[in-house]
Amino acid sequence: MTSWMRMRGLVRKEVLQILRDPSALLIAFLLPVLLLVVNGFGISLDAREMRVAVLVEAPAEDTREILQALAASPYLDVVRVDSAAAGEARMIAGDVRGMLVLREEFAERLRRPARWPAPAQLVANATDPNTARVLEGYVQGALLTWLSGRAHELRLLPSGGISLEHRYWFNPELRSADFIVPGMIAYVMSMTGTLLTALIVAREWERGTMESMLASPAHMGELIVAKLGCYFVLSMAAMLGAVAMAILLFGVPFRGGMLPLLAASSLFLVFALALGLFISTLARNQFVAAQLAFLVTMMPALMLSGMLFDIASMPAWLQAVTYAVPARYLVSILQTLFLAGTVWELLLPNLAALAVAAALAVGATLTVTRRRLD
Amino acid sequence: MPPALAEISGLRHVFPGARGAPPRVALDGISAVIPPGMITGVVGPDAAGKTTVLRLLAGLLRPTGGRVTVLGHDMATDAQAAHAGIGYMPQRFGLYEDLSVAENLSLFADLHQLPAGLRTERVARLLRFTGLAPFTARLAGQLSGGMKQKLGLACALLARPRLLLLDEPSVGVDPASRRELWSIVSQMLEEGREDGMGVVWATAYLDEAERCGQVLLLHEGRMLAAGPPAGFLAPMQGRVFRLAVPAASRRDAARRAAAHPGVLDAAVQGDTLRLVLHADAAVPDAASLGGTALAPAPPRFEDGFVDRLATAAAPPPPTEPIRPQAGDGPAIEVRDLVRRFGAFTAVDHVSFSVARGEIFGLLGPNGAGKSTTFRMLCGLLQPSGGTARVAGQDMLRAPAAARARIGYMAQRFSLYGELSVAENLAFFARVYGLSRATRAQAIAQALQRYDLAGVAGDVAGNLPLGVKQRLALAAALLHGPDILFLDEPTSGVDPLTRRAFWARIGALAQAGVTVLVTSHFMDEAEYCDRLAIVSAGRLVATGTPAELRARVRSAGLPDPTLEDAFIALVAAGPAELAA
Repeated sequence: MTSWMRMRGLVRKEVLQILRDPSALLIAFLLPVLLLVVNGFGISLDAREMRVAVLVEAPAEDTREILQALAASPYLDVVRVDSAAAGEARMIAGDVRGMLVLREEFAERLRRPARWPAPAQLVANATDPNTARVLEGYVQGALLTWLSGRAHELRLLPSGGISLEHRYWFNPELRSADFIVPGMIAYVMSMTGTLLTALIVAREWERGTMESMLASPAHMGELIVAKLGCYFVLSMAAMLGAVAMAILLFGVPFRGGMLPLLAASSLFLVFALALGLFISTLARNQFVAAQLAFLVTMMPALMLSGMLFDIASMPAWLQAVTYAVPARYLVSILQTLFLAGTVWELLLPNLAALAVAAALAVGATLTVTRRRLD
Repeated sequence: MPPALAEISGLRHVFPGARGAPPRVALDGISAVIPPGMITGVVGPDAAGKTTVLRLLAGLLRPTGGRVTVLGHDMATDAQAAHAGIGYMPQRFGLYEDLSVAENLSLFADLHQLPAGLRTERVARLLRFTGLAPFTARLAGQLSGGMKQKLGLACALLARPRLLLLDEPSVGVDPASRRELWSIVSQMLEEGREDGMGVVWATAYLDEAERCGQVLLLHEGRMLAAGPPAGFLAPMQGRVFRLAVPAASRRDAARRAAAHPGVLDAAVQGDTLRLVLHADAAVPDAASLGGTALAPAPPRFEDGFVDRLATAAAPPPPTEPIRPQAGDGPAIEVRDLVRRFGAFTAVDHVSFSVARGEIFGLLGPNGAGKSTTFRMLCGLLQPSGGTARVAGQDMLRAPAAARARIGYMAQRFSLYGELSVAENLAFFARVYGLSRATRAQAIAQALQRYDLAGVAGDVAGNLPLGVKQRLALAAALLHGPDILFLDEPTSGVDPLTRRAFWARIGALAQAGVTVLVTSHFMDEAEYCDRLAIVSAGRLVATGTPAELRARVRSAGLPDPTLEDAFIALVAAGPAELAA
């Protein structure tokens, strides 16, 4: 039988320990803030103002216009160089991401259709292939824009033949923070939630207090519920703090409702905290528990949750694996709530999956935490 | 005869071996009955299986074989039902260090569902009883070792358990707190007599066995004997003697006595030699052993243990090569040594000197400043004030030069558990910078002299405690130091191993090695030539064990033990030193 007096004693003990031991508060509040700030500002998929060197071997009217077109692009920062060697030096120094070379006969051949194509070369720093490709796209885009303008002028193309209007839904400004930060919250909470409980139970084993708890009339269920309860309140506060940070610090819009947010957070935190208890019970040692907690939460949440890498473009077998990573459901829910709104058709299956994960984690914890030392 | 509180029958417990090691049999074939109304002592050296017995009684482990019944409940299946009637104090007290004294008590009261009125009354009583009443607001982590012990005991007693399980409650506390603990438990037992209360007290201190109602003597997982302590003493009556020997030749006399066929055990004890004879041996002549007078002495529990363990006296250790005298003056000289940690003074103006070839003991409870003094003498810690000269070198100015002359054996032996015996020795030889040729010779000698040749290829972590101890000693002596530092070298080992160890230390001292020992263990202190008693960072008294005993001799205490002397001298305080 559960006794309220025992529960009261256990809860009071946990609360006093949390208040007196700064490590729990540091993990719950400082760690998420640090991770969000570092990753939120540090990870950006936007490539803006990429510096590119331009070498014009024989300046002419057309090359001047092309230079203007390149400079007009918000994504490019054009630097003129006088020689290939100078441009190369700046490439090697990492000062420019690439170099566009307009050959000596470029302007001349551009004017004579018989001698097309006009030779131009783009050299890109491809240490980061993604950025190199983006640079290629921007340079090509700027050149094509100029070229089609010339075509209209020369009446080679009908003006206004196609009208393409762009509309970027859900993230009209194409800010990657709006996409990354909600996912980041899921990542940060899965790590801190698990780490919190992974450390506290291991600490009880290390200090020998677990032994006296096991020999007392307290039930295992009471011990676990008291711990889960206290750390749930703590990590829920941290979670809401992280959401507030996303909105106020990173300016991410929040278009969904509080109810689904609270429901998803609760389910996910129960899962993360129970997972921590599970790890802690198996490890019985703070160092091993911390390592395990990082291993089972950080890596999957970072790689397989869809927070950074699009799950749909993963190989099929890896996509299958992501279904076993509860963080992916929370990432999906948070991205929906932040960017789209309360779309129940999207939220419900993910919430259901989180509920299953939470139930499994609590069940596993209750199974391994027998009243025994062996 | 009232019904038993607990019954153990045919108990066997095996721990699975970690990382490929073979399974470890912790207990085998233990049967016992725990009656109410008395303290049952579970007595034995480290690794005897004491803690495993208590954990099985508390239902924290499931026995591999056999049955444990507590208060009528089978602990393998029905432990929860028994827990309401069990008070259990684990070895590390099981207190929450970041909770205050009052909060710890309140937690355990909640866990046992004590109603408000009863709770207030019992908490107040236990606080008064344990002397913790003035400290209710203090965090448990900030209590002294003795106070933690009393708080742990209070928490275990709150629910008035019928069966009180205490796992080595007296380890590491000062003798005064140890006595206090005994008197608290005895009194609680008296009060709980009507309820049929009983106590199980695990201890490695053999002298505590004599105070128990019955004793279960464990050794290496087997029950060596069980019964009232008198049963252990009776067969030893008339077999224990004290041999007075001239101070200069007592180690020689000890060697000669140990070699005598009638002598089971001979141990130096201050200015006398304590002899235990074989069951039907004739009393040897005092003069033939190199002594002056032979007087009968009362047997101790330990003698009974030795008698059961040993069939023959251990062969005396090989003599050590004489070390050449290195400089004049004392081997260790400490003057006004001070060490502060913030506002706390761990070592407060301590002065003493140790002559060459002397065994000198620093005796005191945990937290008295022994280890801090020790670390300063080893050059591991910078003193805040005062001077320390070791082997003629100033520890403040030339710690490295002094350290080359020092051998250090740490309490937990600091061996590499994954390396073999030979690999450990080779490692320490390199650390000490022995040349290749010297290294091979030193290792070969150590293997032979310390009886390790047979286990040279064995992994050190799996060795029995006594062998580990020999290995640690061999490693500390590889570079032929003039001074040997020993940190609680034999706490928790069985009496035979301890004797064998001290015989070796005696041989080393005779060869001119100076030995400095720290201990909180009175039995270890008996082997020292001279002692310094430290308490709360200050040196309370110095002298030979006999001198210290003589200081507290009175009409009420005609034959004080070293423990009596310790308690009285600590209570009198440092003023005694000036007298």
